[in-house]
Amino acid sequence: MKEAVTIDAKGIFYRELNAKLRKAVSNGTQKIELRNVYGQRYIGTDLDKPVEIEIFGTPGNDLGAFMDSPRIIVHGNAQDGCGNTMNNGEIIIHGHAGDILGLSARGGKIFVREDVGYRAGIHMKEYQDKKPMVVIGGTAQDFLGEYMAGGILILLGLNLKEGESHKANFIGTGMHGGAIYMRGEVQEFQLGKEVGVTELDENDHQILSQFVGEFAAHFGYEAEMILNNEFRKLFPRWLRPYGRLYAY
Amino acid sequence: MKTYLPPKFIVERDDSRCIRCEVCVNQCTFDVHSYDTEDDELRSREENCVGCHRCVVFCPTEALTIRENPLDYRENYNWRPEVIEDIIKQSETGGVLLTGMGNDKSYRIYWDHLVLNASQVTNPSIDPLREPMELTTYLGRKPDRVEFGSLGLKTELAPQVKLEVPVMFSAMSYGAVSLNVQESLARAATEMGTLWNTGEGGLHPKLYKYGDNTIVQVASGRFGVHPEYLNVAKVVEIKIGQGAKPGIGGHLPGEKVSAEVSSTRMIPKGTDALSPAPQHDIYSIEDLAQLVYALKEATNYTKPIAVKIAAVHNSAAIASGMVRAGADIIVLDGLRGSTGAAPKIIRDNVGIPIELALASVDDRLRQEGIRNQASVVIAGGIRNSGDVAKAIALGADAIYIGTAALVALGCTLCQQCHTGKCAWGICTTDPWLTKRVNPDIGARRLSNLLRGWSLELKDILGGMGINALESLRGNRLHLRGVGLTDTELEILGVRMAGS
Repeated sequence: MKEAVTIDAKGIFYRELNAKLRKAVSNGTQKIELRNVYGQRYIGTDLDKPVEIEIFGTPGNDLGAFMDSPRIIVHGNAQDGCGNTMNNGEIIIHGHAGDILGLSARGGKIFVREDVGYRAGIHMKEYQDKKPMVVIGGTAQDFLGEYMAGGILILLGLNLKEGESHKANFIGTGMHGGAIYMRGEVQEFQLGKEVGVTELDENDHQILSQFVGEFAAHFGYEAEMILNNEFRKLFPRWLRPYGRLYAY
Repeated sequence: MKTYLPPKFIVERDDSRCIRCEVCVNQCTFDVHSYDTEDDELRSREENCVGCHRCVVFCPTEALTIRENPLDYRENYNWRPEVIEDIIKQSETGGVLLTGMGNDKSYRIYWDHLVLNASQVTNPSIDPLREPMELTTYLGRKPDRVEFGSLGLKTELAPQVKLEVPVMFSAMSYGAVSLNVQESLARAATEMGTLWNTGEGGLHPKLYKYGDNTIVQVASGRFGVHPEYLNVAKVVEIKIGQGAKPGIGGHLPGEKVSAEVSSTRMIPKGTDALSPAPQHDIYSIEDLAQLVYALKEATNYTKPIAVKIAAVHNSAAIASGMVRAGADIIVLDGLRGSTGAAPKIIRDNVGIPIELALASVDDRLRQEGIRNQASVVIAGGIRNSGDVAKAIALGADAIYIGTAALVALGCTLCQQCHTGKCAWGICTTDPWLTKRVNPDIGARRLSNLLRGWSLELKDILGGMGINALESLRGNRLHLRGVGLTDTELEILGVRMAGS
């Protein structure tokens, strides 16, 4: 058993790379450093131990898809499908992430320092103590939190300039569970029909300070500086948005 | 608003036979029967009757007859009673008409226009009672060629799944059907050496022990999908579409999401379980490949990955893309495929007959030289072993049955699945009703059905002088068409009977 290993991913196909990861994790390795990652997909998939994987370079699509427990730190940008149907674990991205971040995630945490693409947090869901959580430092594209059925999505807009607002439209379309917390300007027309907007209560502030605190610790921000800003909470107006659609 | 809908059925009660036992009152879930204690009389609210015949079967004195209300409107071929009633329903509710089960319209059933061959004089038929007959089927990607070395097979094979009988149980989720129904299916599949399919609703802990005979589904809602779920299964199926509602997502209504159902779907009790229309990580064949390989990675390449689509106009081209995307099994669900709930207008008007889809997909994959790379499974209205044999001759590797399996459990196709009030206790999560399917008896009824079909398939094969199902697979010379046009014969790739 080795405490830590370094794997050079240069020129290795994802299947081989992931086989190496599986082997290292089954040998009880606690920490893996991946160097020269150039777009290899599915890193972290089929790993079910709380191993720490530090990635230098650009991991490919579906980073941490179906993942169950590892902690992945990316020094670079993540692509599409990061955290797809993730069960548990943590993904920390020191950069941007592509589309459908956290699609259908069922648990775990994702922190993105910069911006994310379309449909971030789509159809995340929660059950009892399993509650996925996503914090995005920058802004997001359209359909943020679409069809959201649970979990927490926090959009900080830290890179918005003075007077600049979020550009995403259709935020929370079809949302029927969970909560979205937003800092930064957003107009009524940018929101989906199924979401309502409210002020934060004591419980919301607690949630925010916990996860913004973690975000700040990961990326070297002052949590208080972020939390001192005004936040809004988006919530699903109905548990059953399409209940009245049908004739029996 | 007073409804203008007339009763669909007439309830006739023979008072001389009725013993006032109130079985009908207790069995009916649509509140048709009631007992008037003062007058000692049973009464009927016929407007509630859906024609499921639960009361008829359980009436101990056979005092009940349910007849269709003749509804003798003025004869009109265009404005049939069903058309009129649908308009009435929508004018009273303003909603999308929902229904259950498969397309009930009179589209041509091609199975009924295909006939099988048998041996006469020039080659002997085989008597399956005295000679071994093989129905064994292996699902999964087959290699382009095999190499043998001194130690036997050198070629590394992709994962294969062995079926003793080429008939599997189609996807029916826990939530749509009850746990007792799923347990019946799982036990019958295990006993008969075939597979059942979880549908998109997760897998109840009680059923994990049947994992070796389980196909788990990954669909657009990703309900209950986690590593343990993927790893316990024999096959993982990506559901893109369903024959009853091509292009449409699923809404399991909150009323059906009980505490137990919420535990396998892993969503809070009482919320709607919404499966979006598309999978939002799949907008192209390349994206499909990404999910196929994500699941292969997640299961360490130990099991075949199936991809299920509804049979639509471009199925052949799509199927080719699916195979190239890495699908080990492709599933086609035809126009008559069934559902627990779908918009009626979609169910009745979208998709193509499975016979034509199967023939064109099999042709296309052969033309492209990739037919060996995936097994082809079909679903959608398969009624008996004759349909199974014809499907195999047309090119299918195996067949899914859904409706036929439910009929074995008591279903009479009253099409009320979407109401959650199934009087037969099948398509419901109401604990009082789900007890009506006893898994011991359910599993026996399903095993019996598969046993009967297996025996018949062997008879059909023997009659053709074939002793293995493999020799019939894709062998369209064993089929002839009756009453079909040249174009239909051409698409099916079969010759006219007599030629």
